[in-house]
Amino acid sequence: MTSLPKTAPKKKLGLVIDLDICVGCHACATICKEWNTGAKSAPLTDINPHGAGQDGVWFNRIHTFETQSNEGLSRTVHFPRSCLHCDDAPCVTVCPTGASYKREEDGIVLVNEDICIGCKLCSWACPYGAREYDETEGVMKKCTLCVDKIYNENLPQMSRAPACVSTCPTGARSFGDLKDPSSDVSKLVAAREGYALMPEQGTNPVNRYLLPRPKKDRTAVDQSPRQLTHEDTSTDGAALLARWVDKILS
Amino acid sequence: MHPAKSVIYFTIATGAGYGLFFWLALLAFHGLLPANKIFAFTALAISFGLIITGLLSSTLHLGHPKRAWRAFSQWRSSWLSREGVMAILTFIPMSLFAIAWVLMGKDTGVIRIIGLIGAVMALITVFTTSMIYASIKAIPAWHNIWTKLSYLVLSLMSGSILAMAIVAAFGYPQAYHLMHPTAVFIVLGLIVKILYWMHILTSKLVSTAESATGLGKFGEVSLAASPHSEDNYLLKEMGYQIARKHATKIRVIVAVLAFLVPLVLIFVCMHSLGGTGRTFGLIATALICMIGLVFERWLFFAEAKHAVMLFYGEQKV
Repeated sequence: MTSLPKTAPKKKLGLVIDLDICVGCHACATICKEWNTGAKSAPLTDINPHGAGQDGVWFNRIHTFETQSNEGLSRTVHFPRSCLHCDDAPCVTVCPTGASYKREEDGIVLVNEDICIGCKLCSWACPYGAREYDETEGVMKKCTLCVDKIYNENLPQMSRAPACVSTCPTGARSFGDLKDPSSDVSKLVAAREGYALMPEQGTNPVNRYLLPRPKKDRTAVDQSPRQLTHEDTSTDGAALLARWVDKILS
Repeated sequence: MHPAKSVIYFTIATGAGYGLFFWLALLAFHGLLPANKIFAFTALAISFGLIITGLLSSTLHLGHPKRAWRAFSQWRSSWLSREGVMAILTFIPMSLFAIAWVLMGKDTGVIRIIGLIGAVMALITVFTTSMIYASIKAIPAWHNIWTKLSYLVLSLMSGSILAMAIVAAFGYPQAYHLMHPTAVFIVLGLIVKILYWMHILTSKLVSTAESATGLGKFGEVSLAASPHSEDNYLLKEMGYQIARKHATKIRVIVAVLAFLVPLVLIFVCMHSLGGTGRTFGLIATALICMIGLVFERWLFFAEAKHAVMLFYGEQKV
Protein backbone atom coordinates (compact mmCIF):
# COMPACT_ATOMS: atom_id res chain seq x y z
CA MET A 1 0.00 0.00 0.00
CA THR A 2 1.50 3.29 -1.06
CA SER A 3 -0.61 5.37 1.26
CA LEU A 4 1.59 6.79 3.98
CA PRO A 5 1.39 5.03 7.39
CA LYS A 6 -1.87 5.99 9.12
CA THR A 7 -0.24 6.22 12.50
CA ALA A 8 2.96 8.27 12.69
CA PRO A 9 6.07 6.06 12.65
CA LYS A 10 7.25 5.04 16.13
CA LYS A 11 10.74 6.22 15.30
CA LYS A 12 12.04 8.67 12.72
CA LEU A 13 15.46 7.39 11.82
CA GLY A 14 17.45 9.88 9.83
CA LEU A 15 20.67 11.77 9.30
CA VAL A 16 21.97 15.09 10.54
CA ILE A 17 24.54 16.60 8.21
CA ASP A 18 26.84 19.29 9.53
CA LEU A 19 27.82 21.59 6.67
CA ASP A 20 30.28 23.31 9.00
CA ILE A 21 32.40 20.18 9.24
CA CYS A 22 31.99 18.56 5.80
CA VAL A 23 35.16 18.93 3.73
CA GLY A 24 33.66 17.53 0.52
CA CYS A 25 35.91 14.45 0.35
CA HIS A 26 33.16 12.25 -1.22
CA ALA A 27 34.05 9.38 1.15
CA CYS A 28 30.38 9.01 2.19
CA ALA A 29 29.29 8.76 -1.46
CA THR A 30 32.02 6.23 -2.21
CA ILE A 31 31.25 3.96 0.76
CA CYS A 32 27.53 4.31 0.01
CA LYS A 33 28.12 2.93 -3.46
CA GLU A 34 30.39 0.21 -2.04
CA TRP A 35 28.00 -0.97 0.69
CA ASN A 36 24.85 -0.83 -1.40
CA THR A 37 26.28 -2.58 -4.43
CA GLY A 38 26.45 -5.66 -2.21
CA ALA A 39 23.40 -5.06 -0.04
CA LYS A 40 19.59 -4.83 -0.33
CA SER A 41 19.57 -2.86 -3.59
CA ALA A 42 22.44 -4.78 -5.19
CA PRO A 43 23.74 -4.32 -7.77
CA LEU A 44 24.11 -0.56 -8.13
CA THR A 45 24.70 -0.87 -11.81
CA ASP A 46 27.46 1.04 -13.58
CA ILE A 47 27.27 1.76 -17.28
CA ASN A 48 30.55 2.32 -19.18
CA PRO A 49 32.49 2.43 -15.92
CA HIS A 50 35.86 2.74 -17.66
CA GLY A 51 35.01 4.71 -20.78
CA ALA A 52 33.50 8.02 -21.75
CA GLY A 53 29.94 8.77 -20.66
CA GLN A 54 30.04 6.82 -17.38
CA ASP A 55 26.68 6.47 -15.71
CA GLY A 56 25.29 4.50 -12.84
CA VAL A 57 23.15 4.50 -9.73
CA TRP A 58 24.27 6.50 -6.70
CA PHE A 59 22.31 7.23 -3.53
CA ASN A 60 24.53 9.97 -2.19
CA ARG A 61 26.09 12.91 -4.00
CA ILE A 62 28.33 15.72 -2.81
CA HIS A 63 27.63 19.08 -4.39
CA THR A 64 29.75 22.17 -3.76
CA PHE A 65 28.05 25.53 -3.50
CA GLU A 66 29.37 29.05 -3.24
CA THR A 67 27.54 31.80 -1.43
CA GLN A 68 28.06 35.49 -2.00
CA SER A 69 26.63 38.06 0.42
CA ASN A 70 25.75 41.65 -0.42
CA GLU A 71 28.84 42.75 1.50
CA GLY A 72 30.98 40.66 -0.81
CA LEU A 73 31.70 37.90 1.70
CA SER A 74 31.85 34.50 0.10
CA ARG A 75 31.81 30.93 1.36
CA THR A 76 32.36 27.53 -0.13
CA VAL A 77 30.00 24.89 1.26
CA HIS A 78 30.21 21.19 0.52
CA PHE A 79 26.74 19.75 0.45
CA PRO A 80 25.97 16.01 0.62
CA ARG A 81 22.56 15.19 -0.89
CA SER A 82 20.68 11.93 -0.27
CA CYS A 83 17.17 10.72 0.58
CA LEU A 84 15.63 12.71 3.45
CA HIS A 85 13.10 9.96 4.38
CA CYS A 86 10.28 12.52 4.37
CA ASP A 87 7.26 12.22 6.68
CA ASP A 88 5.00 13.16 3.77
CA ALA A 89 7.02 11.45 1.07
CA PRO A 90 5.50 12.33 -2.34
CA CYS A 91 7.49 9.49 -3.94
CA VAL A 92 5.45 7.01 -1.89
CA THR A 93 1.94 8.26 -2.66
CA VAL A 94 2.46 8.57 -6.44
CA CYS A 95 3.61 4.94 -6.80
CA PRO A 96 0.93 3.05 -8.77
CA THR A 97 1.99 -0.45 -7.69
CA GLY A 98 2.68 -0.29 -3.98
CA ALA A 99 6.40 -0.86 -4.54
CA SER A 100 7.29 2.39 -2.83
CA TYR A 101 6.56 2.48 0.90
CA LYS A 102 7.36 4.13 4.19
CA ARG A 103 7.97 1.83 7.16
CA GLU A 104 5.71 2.32 10.14
CA GLU A 105 8.33 1.11 12.63
CA ASP A 106 11.14 3.54 11.81
CA GLY A 107 9.98 5.82 8.99
CA ILE A 108 12.52 4.54 6.44
CA VAL A 109 11.34 4.96 2.81
CA LEU A 110 12.08 1.87 0.70
CA VAL A 111 11.37 0.32 -2.71
CA ASN A 112 10.15 -3.25 -3.13
CA GLU A 113 12.08 -4.05 -6.29
CA ASP A 114 10.07 -7.22 -6.91
CA ILE A 115 6.90 -5.30 -7.76
CA CYS A 116 8.37 -2.00 -9.08
CA ILE A 117 7.39 -1.52 -12.75
CA GLY A 118 10.02 1.16 -13.37
CA CYS A 119 7.59 3.94 -14.37
CA LYS A 120 9.92 6.59 -12.85
CA LEU A 121 7.01 8.65 -11.52
CA CYS A 122 8.49 8.58 -7.99
CA SER A 123 11.66 10.21 -9.28
CA TRP A 124 9.53 12.99 -10.79
CA ALA A 125 7.68 13.44 -7.50
CA CYS A 126 10.84 13.78 -5.37
CA PRO A 127 12.14 17.37 -5.30
CA TYR A 128 15.50 16.21 -3.91
CA GLY A 129 16.59 13.77 -6.62
CA ALA A 130 16.80 10.94 -4.11
CA ARG A 131 15.66 8.25 -6.54
CA GLU A 132 17.58 6.92 -9.48
CA TYR A 133 16.46 4.50 -12.16
CA ASP A 134 18.57 1.40 -12.70
CA GLU A 135 18.53 0.89 -16.48
CA THR A 136 19.75 -2.68 -16.41
CA GLU A 137 17.42 -3.84 -13.62
CA GLY A 138 14.44 -1.77 -14.82
CA VAL A 139 13.53 -0.62 -11.31
CA MET A 140 13.92 2.44 -9.10
CA LYS A 141 16.55 2.48 -6.39
CA LYS A 142 17.16 4.76 -3.45
CA CYS A 143 18.94 5.24 -0.12
CA THR A 144 17.81 2.53 2.32
CA LEU A 145 19.45 4.26 5.29
CA CYS A 146 21.52 1.03 5.22
CA VAL A 147 18.55 -0.88 6.62
CA ASP A 148 20.63 -4.05 6.19
CA LYS A 149 23.44 -2.61 8.34
CA ILE A 150 21.77 -0.64 11.10
CA TYR A 151 19.84 -3.69 12.38
CA ASN A 152 22.56 -6.27 11.68
CA GLU A 153 23.16 -8.16 14.91
CA ASN A 154 26.35 -9.68 13.53
CA LEU A 155 27.96 -6.27 13.64
CA PRO A 156 29.26 -4.64 16.80
CA GLN A 157 26.89 -2.01 18.18
CA MET A 158 29.06 0.92 17.07
CA SER A 159 28.99 -0.30 13.45
CA ARG A 160 25.20 -0.36 13.29
CA ALA A 161 24.97 3.00 11.56
CA PRO A 162 24.58 3.85 7.87
CA ALA A 163 27.82 3.36 5.93
CA CYS A 164 28.08 7.08 5.13
CA VAL A 165 27.97 7.90 8.86
CA SER A 166 30.47 5.20 9.85
CA THR A 167 32.98 6.28 7.25
CA CYS A 168 32.87 10.08 7.43
CA PRO A 169 36.42 11.01 8.44
CA THR A 170 35.40 14.36 9.91
CA GLY A 171 32.26 13.32 11.78
CA ALA A 172 30.04 15.57 9.70
CA ARG A 173 27.25 12.98 9.57
CA SER A 174 25.19 11.76 12.54
CA PHE A 175 22.51 9.08 12.64
CA GLY A 176 19.68 8.54 15.09
CA ASP A 177 16.02 8.86 16.00
CA LEU A 178 14.88 12.38 15.23
CA LYS A 179 11.49 11.77 16.82
CA ASP A 180 12.94 11.21 20.27
CA PRO A 181 13.79 14.67 21.67
CA SER A 182 16.34 13.13 24.07
CA SER A 183 18.41 11.46 21.33
CA ASP A 184 21.87 12.83 20.52
CA VAL A 185 20.80 13.84 17.02
CA SER A 186 17.72 15.70 18.29
CA LYS A 187 19.88 17.55 20.82
CA LEU A 188 22.36 18.43 18.08
CA VAL A 189 19.55 19.73 15.87
CA ALA A 190 18.14 21.78 18.76
CA ALA A 191 21.53 23.24 19.66
CA ARG A 192 22.50 24.16 16.09
CA GLU A 193 19.04 25.02 14.73
CA GLY A 194 19.04 22.19 12.23
CA TYR A 195 16.83 22.83 9.20
CA ALA A 196 14.94 20.92 6.51
CA LEU A 197 15.55 21.35 2.76
CA MET A 198 12.82 23.00 0.64
CA PRO A 199 10.19 23.11 3.41
CA GLU A 200 7.87 24.87 0.92
CA GLN A 201 7.50 21.58 -0.98
CA GLY A 202 5.46 20.22 1.95
CA THR A 203 7.38 16.94 2.14
CA ASN A 204 8.37 17.28 5.83
CA PRO A 205 11.83 15.72 5.57
CA VAL A 206 13.25 13.82 8.56
CA ASN A 207 16.93 14.55 7.79
CA ARG A 208 18.30 17.82 9.05
CA TYR A 209 21.19 20.02 7.92
CA LEU A 210 23.33 22.25 10.14
CA LEU A 211 24.54 25.57 8.78
CA PRO A 212 28.24 26.46 8.74
CA ARG A 213 29.09 28.43 11.86
CA PRO A 214 29.53 32.18 11.41
CA LYS A 215 33.01 33.22 10.34
CA LYS A 216 35.16 34.88 13.00
CA ASP A 217 34.90 38.64 12.75
CA ARG A 218 38.41 39.74 11.83
CA THR A 219 37.62 43.32 10.87
CA ALA A 220 38.76 44.63 14.30
CA VAL A 221 42.19 42.98 14.06
CA ASP A 222 44.96 44.50 11.95
CA GLN A 223 44.95 42.21 8.97
CA SER A 224 47.98 43.56 7.16
CA PRO A 225 50.81 41.03 6.80
CA ARG A 226 53.93 41.25 8.97
CA GLN A 227 56.41 43.71 7.48
CA LEU A 228 60.12 42.78 7.50
CA THR A 229 62.39 45.71 8.11
CA HIS A 230 65.42 45.86 5.88
CA GLU A 231 67.86 46.76 8.65
CA ASP A 232 68.34 44.54 11.65
CA THR A 233 68.77 46.43 14.88
CA SER A 234 69.41 43.52 17.19
CA THR A 235 70.83 40.02 17.10
CA ASP A 236 68.29 38.67 19.58
CA GLY A 237 67.21 35.18 18.71
CA ALA A 238 70.01 34.66 16.14
CA ALA A 239 72.17 31.55 16.28
CA LEU A 240 75.69 31.51 17.73
CA LEU A 241 77.54 31.61 14.38
CA ALA A 242 75.39 34.50 13.18
CA ARG A 243 76.10 36.47 16.34
CA TRP A 244 79.89 35.92 15.89
CA VAL A 245 79.78 37.06 12.27
CA ASP A 246 77.73 40.07 13.34
CA LYS A 247 80.30 40.95 16.03
CA ILE A 248 83.24 40.67 13.60
CA LEU A 249 81.63 42.72 10.87
CA SER A 250 80.22 45.48 13.05
CA MET B 1 11.79 17.29 -18.16
CA HIS B 2 12.78 14.73 -20.76
CA PRO B 3 10.03 14.61 -23.40
CA ALA B 4 9.64 10.85 -23.95
CA LYS B 5 8.08 10.04 -27.34
CA SER B 6 5.98 7.26 -25.81
CA VAL B 7 4.43 9.64 -23.30
CA ILE B 8 3.80 12.38 -25.90
CA TYR B 9 1.98 9.83 -28.06
CA PHE B 10 0.12 8.41 -25.04
CA THR B 11 -1.28 11.77 -23.92
CA ILE B 12 -2.19 13.05 -27.40
CA ALA B 13 -3.65 9.78 -28.75
CA THR B 14 -5.74 8.89 -25.69
CA GLY B 15 -6.92 12.52 -25.46
CA ALA B 16 -8.05 12.52 -29.10
CA GLY B 17 -9.57 9.01 -28.83
CA TYR B 18 -11.60 9.83 -25.72
CA GLY B 19 -12.57 13.22 -27.19
CA LEU B 20 -13.77 11.55 -30.40
CA PHE B 21 -15.88 9.09 -28.39
CA PHE B 22 -17.35 11.98 -26.39
CA TRP B 23 -18.66 13.69 -29.54
CA LEU B 24 -19.95 10.45 -31.09
CA ALA B 25 -21.87 9.66 -27.89
CA LEU B 26 -23.19 13.21 -27.76
CA LEU B 27 -24.40 12.98 -31.39
CA ALA B 28 -26.07 9.68 -30.49
CA PHE B 29 -27.72 11.21 -27.45
CA HIS B 30 -29.29 13.88 -29.65
CA GLY B 31 -30.40 11.23 -32.13
CA LEU B 32 -28.03 12.55 -34.80
CA LEU B 33 -25.79 9.53 -35.19
CA PRO B 34 -26.20 7.85 -38.60
CA ALA B 35 -27.17 4.17 -38.18
CA ASN B 36 -24.59 3.01 -40.71
CA LYS B 37 -22.51 0.04 -39.58
CA ILE B 38 -19.49 0.88 -41.76
CA PHE B 39 -19.47 4.45 -40.51
CA ALA B 40 -19.92 3.22 -36.94
CA PHE B 41 -17.08 0.74 -37.31
CA THR B 42 -14.74 3.33 -38.85
CA ALA B 43 -15.42 6.02 -36.24
CA LEU B 44 -15.15 3.67 -33.28
CA ALA B 45 -12.11 1.86 -34.70
CA ILE B 46 -10.31 5.21 -34.86
CA SER B 47 -11.41 6.12 -31.32
CA PHE B 48 -10.56 2.72 -29.79
CA GLY B 49 -7.39 2.50 -31.89
CA LEU B 50 -6.08 5.83 -30.60
CA ILE B 51 -6.93 4.95 -26.99
CA ILE B 52 -5.52 1.40 -27.05
CA THR B 53 -2.30 2.27 -28.89
CA GLY B 54 -1.90 5.28 -26.59
CA LEU B 55 -2.28 3.17 -23.46
CA LEU B 56 0.10 0.52 -24.84
CA SER B 57 2.58 3.26 -25.73
CA SER B 58 2.55 4.46 -22.12
CA THR B 59 3.77 1.03 -21.03
CA LEU B 60 6.70 1.16 -23.47
CA HIS B 61 8.87 3.30 -21.20
CA LEU B 62 8.36 0.98 -18.23
CA GLY B 63 11.30 -0.98 -16.88
CA HIS B 64 9.02 -4.01 -16.38
CA PRO B 65 6.02 -3.81 -18.77
CA LYS B 66 4.92 -7.33 -17.75
CA ARG B 67 4.24 -6.06 -14.25
CA ALA B 68 2.03 -3.21 -15.55
CA TRP B 69 -1.09 -4.90 -14.13
CA ARG B 70 0.16 -4.05 -10.66
CA ALA B 71 -0.47 -0.38 -11.46
CA PHE B 72 -4.22 -0.88 -10.91
CA SER B 73 -3.76 -1.50 -7.19
CA GLN B 74 -2.92 1.89 -5.65
CA TRP B 75 -5.93 3.97 -6.75
CA ARG B 76 -6.37 5.22 -3.18
CA SER B 77 -3.26 7.41 -3.39
CA SER B 78 -1.80 7.42 -6.91
CA TRP B 79 -3.17 9.37 -9.89
CA LEU B 80 -1.27 7.08 -12.26
CA SER B 81 -3.10 4.12 -10.75
CA ARG B 82 -6.42 5.98 -10.93
CA GLU B 83 -5.76 6.69 -14.60
CA GLY B 84 -5.21 2.98 -15.25
CA VAL B 85 -8.36 1.98 -13.38
CA MET B 86 -10.49 4.66 -15.09
CA ALA B 87 -9.17 3.66 -18.53
CA ILE B 88 -10.26 0.06 -17.93
CA LEU B 89 -13.66 1.01 -16.44
CA THR B 90 -14.37 3.41 -19.32
CA PHE B 91 -13.97 0.54 -21.77
CA ILE B 92 -17.16 -1.04 -20.29
CA PRO B 93 -19.75 1.58 -21.41
CA MET B 94 -17.66 2.34 -24.52
CA SER B 95 -17.68 -1.33 -25.57
CA LEU B 96 -21.40 -1.77 -24.83
CA PHE B 97 -22.13 1.30 -26.94
CA ALA B 98 -19.84 0.02 -29.71
CA ILE B 99 -21.44 -3.45 -29.74
CA ALA B 100 -24.93 -1.97 -29.95
CA TRP B 101 -24.05 0.55 -32.64
CA VAL B 102 -21.66 -1.47 -34.83
CA LEU B 103 -23.10 -4.98 -34.54
CA MET B 104 -26.79 -4.24 -34.01
CA GLY B 105 -26.93 -0.89 -35.78
CA LYS B 106 -28.85 0.48 -32.82
CA ASP B 107 -28.34 3.74 -31.02
CA THR B 108 -31.67 4.27 -29.33
CA GLY B 109 -33.02 4.30 -25.79
CA VAL B 110 -30.75 2.84 -23.16
CA ILE B 111 -27.82 2.71 -25.59
CA ARG B 112 -27.80 6.51 -25.73
CA ILE B 113 -27.64 6.67 -21.95
CA ILE B 114 -24.78 4.13 -21.91
CA GLY B 115 -23.01 6.23 -24.54
CA LEU B 116 -23.42 9.33 -22.44
CA ILE B 117 -22.06 7.52 -19.36
CA GLY B 118 -19.10 6.46 -21.49
CA ALA B 119 -18.60 10.05 -22.63
CA VAL B 120 -18.52 11.36 -19.07
CA MET B 121 -16.16 8.56 -17.98
CA ALA B 122 -13.93 9.31 -20.97
CA LEU B 123 -13.58 12.89 -19.76
CA ILE B 124 -12.86 11.69 -16.22
CA THR B 125 -10.12 9.45 -17.65
CA VAL B 126 -8.58 12.43 -19.48
CA PHE B 127 -8.76 14.34 -16.20
CA THR B 128 -6.90 11.54 -14.36
CA THR B 129 -4.24 11.66 -17.09
CA SER B 130 -3.80 15.39 -16.50
CA MET B 131 -3.55 14.77 -12.74
CA ILE B 132 -0.55 12.45 -13.21
CA TYR B 133 1.30 15.64 -14.16
CA ALA B 134 -0.68 18.28 -12.25
CA SER B 135 -0.22 16.42 -8.95
CA ILE B 136 3.57 16.75 -9.03
CA LYS B 137 4.52 19.63 -6.78
CA ALA B 138 8.22 19.38 -7.61
CA ILE B 139 7.37 20.62 -11.13
CA PRO B 140 5.55 23.95 -10.64
CA ALA B 141 5.00 24.30 -14.41
CA TRP B 142 2.67 21.29 -14.17
CA HIS B 143 1.27 21.77 -10.67
CA ASN B 144 -1.50 24.20 -11.61
CA ILE B 145 -5.09 24.33 -12.83
CA TRP B 146 -4.11 25.23 -16.42
CA THR B 147 -2.49 21.81 -16.88
CA LYS B 148 -5.80 20.09 -16.05
CA LEU B 149 -7.86 22.49 -18.19
CA SER B 150 -5.57 22.20 -21.21
CA TYR B 151 -5.66 18.39 -21.16
CA LEU B 152 -9.48 18.43 -21.01
CA VAL B 153 -10.04 21.18 -23.58
CA LEU B 154 -7.43 19.85 -26.02
CA SER B 155 -8.94 16.35 -25.77
CA LEU B 156 -12.40 17.70 -26.66
CA MET B 157 -10.91 19.91 -29.38
CA SER B 158 -8.88 17.22 -31.15
CA GLY B 159 -11.73 14.71 -30.77
CA SER B 160 -14.15 17.17 -32.27
CA ILE B 161 -11.99 17.88 -35.33
CA LEU B 162 -11.56 14.11 -35.85
CA ALA B 163 -15.31 13.54 -35.50
CA MET B 164 -16.00 16.26 -38.08
CA ALA B 165 -13.52 14.75 -40.54
CA ILE B 166 -14.97 11.22 -40.18
CA VAL B 167 -18.61 12.36 -40.42
CA ALA B 168 -17.79 14.51 -43.46
CA ALA B 169 -15.85 11.66 -45.07
CA PHE B 170 -19.08 9.66 -45.13
CA GLY B 171 -20.90 12.65 -46.59
CA TYR B 172 -23.22 13.15 -43.64
CA PRO B 173 -24.60 16.64 -43.04
CA GLN B 174 -24.15 16.13 -39.27
CA ALA B 175 -20.69 17.64 -39.80
CA TYR B 176 -22.49 20.98 -39.68
CA HIS B 177 -23.68 20.21 -36.15
CA LEU B 178 -20.08 19.73 -35.09
CA MET B 179 -18.73 22.83 -36.85
CA HIS B 180 -19.59 25.38 -34.18
CA PRO B 181 -18.66 23.28 -31.13
CA THR B 182 -15.33 22.53 -32.84
CA ALA B 183 -14.70 26.22 -33.44
CA VAL B 184 -15.60 27.01 -29.83
CA PHE B 185 -13.18 24.39 -28.51
CA ILE B 186 -10.37 25.54 -30.83
CA VAL B 187 -10.77 29.08 -29.48
CA LEU B 188 -11.02 27.74 -25.90
CA GLY B 189 -7.92 25.61 -26.49
CA LEU B 190 -5.92 28.61 -27.65
CA ILE B 191 -7.11 30.71 -24.69
CA VAL B 192 -6.29 27.97 -22.16
CA LYS B 193 -2.83 27.42 -23.67
CA ILE B 194 -2.06 31.16 -23.66
CA LEU B 195 -3.19 31.36 -20.03
CA TYR B 196 -1.03 28.30 -19.24
CA TRP B 197 2.05 29.90 -20.82
CA MET B 198 1.36 33.21 -19.07
CA HIS B 199 0.99 31.34 -15.79
CA ILE B 200 4.30 29.49 -16.04
CA LEU B 201 6.12 32.66 -17.13
CA THR B 202 4.71 34.94 -14.45
CA SER B 203 3.76 32.75 -11.48
CA LYS B 204 5.42 33.14 -8.11
CA LEU B 205 8.60 31.13 -7.62
CA VAL B 206 8.13 28.01 -5.55
CA SER B 207 11.66 26.92 -4.71
CA THR B 208 15.09 28.49 -5.17
CA ALA B 209 18.71 27.43 -4.86
CA GLU B 210 18.62 29.23 -1.50
CA SER B 211 15.66 27.20 -0.16
CA ALA B 212 17.00 23.95 -1.65
CA THR B 213 20.33 24.25 0.17
CA GLY B 214 19.17 26.37 3.12
CA LEU B 215 22.24 28.56 2.52
CA GLY B 216 20.27 31.67 1.57
CA LYS B 217 21.24 33.19 4.91
CA PHE B 218 24.77 33.69 3.56
CA GLY B 219 23.61 35.41 0.37
CA GLU B 220 23.22 34.31 -3.21
CA VAL B 221 23.82 30.58 -3.75
CA SER B 222 25.52 29.23 -6.87
CA LEU B 223 26.87 25.81 -7.80
CA ALA B 224 30.67 25.79 -7.59
CA ALA B 225 31.29 22.14 -8.46
CA SER B 226 29.01 19.40 -9.73
CA PRO B 227 29.15 16.09 -7.83
CA HIS B 228 29.99 14.21 -11.02
CA SER B 229 31.71 14.93 -14.29
CA GLU B 230 29.24 13.04 -16.52
CA ASP B 231 25.45 13.25 -16.84
CA ASN B 232 23.55 11.00 -14.46
CA TYR B 233 19.94 9.77 -14.44
CA LEU B 234 18.72 12.97 -12.81
CA LEU B 235 20.30 15.24 -15.42
CA LYS B 236 19.12 13.06 -18.31
CA GLU B 237 15.54 12.74 -17.03
CA MET B 238 15.01 16.09 -15.34
CA GLY B 239 17.68 18.37 -16.78
CA TYR B 240 16.33 18.68 -20.32
CA GLN B 241 17.08 22.19 -21.58
CA ILE B 242 16.94 22.21 -25.36
CA ALA B 243 13.37 23.53 -25.47
CA ARG B 244 13.89 26.71 -23.50
CA LYS B 245 16.02 28.30 -26.18
CA HIS B 246 13.27 27.88 -28.79
CA ALA B 247 10.25 28.08 -26.47
CA THR B 248 8.81 31.27 -27.98
CA LYS B 249 9.14 30.00 -31.56
CA ILE B 250 7.54 26.68 -30.59
CA ARG B 251 4.64 28.51 -28.93
CA VAL B 252 4.01 30.37 -32.21
CA ILE B 253 4.14 27.07 -34.13
CA VAL B 254 1.63 25.57 -31.68
CA ALA B 255 -0.70 28.57 -31.94
CA VAL B 256 -0.62 28.40 -35.74
CA LEU B 257 -0.76 24.63 -36.34
CA ALA B 258 -2.94 23.44 -33.47
CA PHE B 259 -5.38 26.33 -33.34
CA LEU B 260 -5.36 29.11 -35.95
CA VAL B 261 -4.96 27.05 -39.14
CA PRO B 262 -7.57 24.43 -38.08
CA LEU B 263 -9.98 27.23 -37.09
CA VAL B 264 -9.81 28.76 -40.57
CA LEU B 265 -9.71 25.42 -42.39
CA ILE B 266 -12.87 23.96 -40.84
CA PHE B 267 -14.93 26.92 -42.08
CA VAL B 268 -13.23 26.92 -45.49
CA CYS B 269 -13.85 23.17 -45.86
CA MET B 270 -17.49 23.37 -44.78
CA HIS B 271 -18.43 26.47 -46.75
CA SER B 272 -16.27 26.45 -49.87
CA LEU B 273 -15.54 22.77 -50.46
CA GLY B 274 -17.81 19.83 -51.09
CA GLY B 275 -17.54 16.06 -51.57
CA THR B 276 -14.01 14.69 -51.73
CA GLY B 277 -12.46 18.15 -51.38
CA ARG B 278 -14.18 18.64 -48.04
CA THR B 279 -13.21 15.14 -46.87
CA PHE B 280 -9.56 15.60 -47.70
CA GLY B 281 -9.61 19.16 -46.38
CA LEU B 282 -10.94 18.06 -42.99
CA ILE B 283 -8.59 15.07 -42.76
CA ALA B 284 -5.71 17.45 -43.49
CA THR B 285 -7.08 19.82 -40.81
CA ALA B 286 -7.10 17.00 -38.26
CA LEU B 287 -3.53 16.02 -39.18
CA ILE B 288 -2.26 19.62 -39.00
CA CYS B 289 -3.91 20.00 -35.60
CA MET B 290 -2.29 16.76 -34.37
CA ILE B 291 1.13 17.94 -35.54
CA GLY B 292 0.52 21.19 -33.67
CA LEU B 293 -0.40 19.18 -30.57
CA VAL B 294 2.85 17.20 -30.85
CA PHE B 295 4.74 20.51 -30.60
CA GLU B 296 2.44 21.59 -27.75
CA ARG B 297 2.97 18.38 -25.76
CA TRP B 298 6.70 18.27 -26.48
CA LEU B 299 7.08 21.79 -25.09
CA PHE B 300 4.84 20.95 -22.10
CA PHE B 301 7.38 18.31 -21.06
CA ALA B 302 10.59 19.88 -22.30
CA GLU B 303 10.23 23.35 -20.79
CA ALA B 304 9.01 22.20 -17.37
CA LYS B 305 11.69 22.71 -14.74
CA HIS B 306 12.12 20.20 -11.92
CA ALA B 307 13.08 21.29 -8.40
CA VAL B 308 16.02 18.86 -8.26
CA MET B 309 17.85 21.01 -10.83
CA LEU B 310 18.29 23.61 -8.06
CA PHE B 311 21.09 21.32 -6.84
CA TYR B 312 22.64 21.39 -10.32
CA GLY B 313 22.90 25.12 -10.96
CA GLU B 314 19.31 26.16 -11.64
CA GLN B 315 18.46 29.27 -9.60
CA LYS B 316 14.70 29.00 -9.31
CA VAL B 317 11.70 26.89 -10.36
